[in-house]
Amino acid sequence: MKNNKKQIVEGSHAVAEVIKNCQVDVISAYPITPQTHIVEDLERMKAEGKADFEYIRADSEFAAASIVLGASATGVRTYTATCSQGLLLMTEVLFCIAGLRLPIVLTCANRAVSAPISIWNDQQDAVTLRDSGWLQLYGETNQEVVDLHILAYKLAESMMLPVMVNMDGFVLTHTYEPIEISKESVIKKYLPKYKPPQNTILDVNNPRSLGDFAAPDVYMEIRQELHEDVLSSKKQITKLAQELKKIFGRSIGDNGLFESYKLNDADIVLVAMGSVCGTIKEVIDNQRGKGQKVGLLKVISLRPFPDEEIVEALKKAKYIAVLDKSISMGSEGVLAIDLKRAAYTKLKAKIQSFIIGLGGRDVTEKMIIKIINSVKKQDNKIQFIGE
Amino acid sequence: MKKLKYNLTVKPGTTTQYKTGGWRTYKPVVDHEACIGCGMCSKVCPEGVCFSTGQKNSKGRVFYDRDLDYCKGCGLCAKHCPVKCIKMVEDYK
Repeated sequence: MKNNKKQIVEGSHAVAEVIKNCQVDVISAYPITPQTHIVEDLERMKAEGKADFEYIRADSEFAAASIVLGASATGVRTYTATCSQGLLLMTEVLFCIAGLRLPIVLTCANRAVSAPISIWNDQQDAVTLRDSGWLQLYGETNQEVVDLHILAYKLAESMMLPVMVNMDGFVLTHTYEPIEISKESVIKKYLPKYKPPQNTILDVNNPRSLGDFAAPDVYMEIRQELHEDVLSSKKQITKLAQELKKIFGRSIGDNGLFESYKLNDADIVLVAMGSVCGTIKEVIDNQRGKGQKVGLLKVISLRPFPDEEIVEALKKAKYIAVLDKSISMGSEGVLAIDLKRAAYTKLKAKIQSFIIGLGGRDVTEKMIIKIINSVKKQDNKIQFIGE
Repeated sequence: MKKLKYNLTVKPGTTTQYKTGGWRTYKPVVDHEACIGCGMCSKVCPEGVCFSTGQKNSKGRVFYDRDLDYCKGCGLCAKHCPVKCIKMVEDYK
């Protein structure tokens, strides 16, 4: 195993390492479980003189987001990490960051939202921000999460859009896995130094204002441009995932947007995001052994949502079960809503929303089998699968 | 590199270019003949736009007027004028 560059490390540590190797200039964060290990590791690197970045301790997530906003506006590469209540406290600033077109990368260690208070994993925090203009990518394994961060910077800086990389709290952040963390010298080949567009940054020698008032005659066009750029970032993700494969030899799903697993002949397709896809793949292998044609479509990019590509991948499916670790209260799972919108008039399959794993409830193989069995039934109502 | 249709960082705004007088509904009209040149209007004006014209009326008094580019029409000058020579009239644009 001479050429094996993998090391067994904790997910959070791997993220901290790769952020350092991405040559980030300014980091600001406020610790919150289960994100804490990421920012602790980054602070330690700084304290031990192993990193060049500025680390600014903030007095809240609101301040941390504001600090990276200001730093990014001066034309440097920035990073922050948070989750749950912290992400929600950042909300106002996160909308500003997207509106101001600042290429900030944020790691969200997905955690449930209060109340009742829960420090455990689900994806309610991140999906709640799907309308903000941030691109949202979800990793299944720590290797994928590490690679998504490298892609995220290139994506953010080429589209002038902020990117949120999501990793399931505890399930990924606190888990040790064999991970290859690319070296700075290799990352440099993929991710050159950040050069902001001319005349867009704050510079004392050439004073400009950021965050100006937009009267009704321009506000709408600026928001429309943001929407169109979020849509067109889809092509960019595919392109960057191909480039990443060339340089690092690792792929992110089929095309950076999603991964299809045993989809070709599948009657029943499960659609999900994040770490639960590992368990689903295990169940699919077992069920296929019993002759059941089941497949998985793992969504990596929730924003932009790859409408056409997903519809194309699902066109042969008869039953589609969408598994969400979140819910739009009074409606359905967030991924299910998006999929139904994309499928409108294009797919004939039955699409049903299943809610799983809220507040850290373990998602077992038994639950997934239960979903496979119930999606074939006539009933099309949203279902909570807790046991 | 992404070039945005709308550059969101702009040169800082300046009121030498932006005439804030456009906000007003009423404008003050000074009766130059009745003005006694006491300067009360320039003392109470929150915008500092009342000024002595340096010209004399037929009674030999130096009379005052307003810089209407920046007057927001608050009416304080009219309220405080001891000889009531300032009228607030609706400002049609």
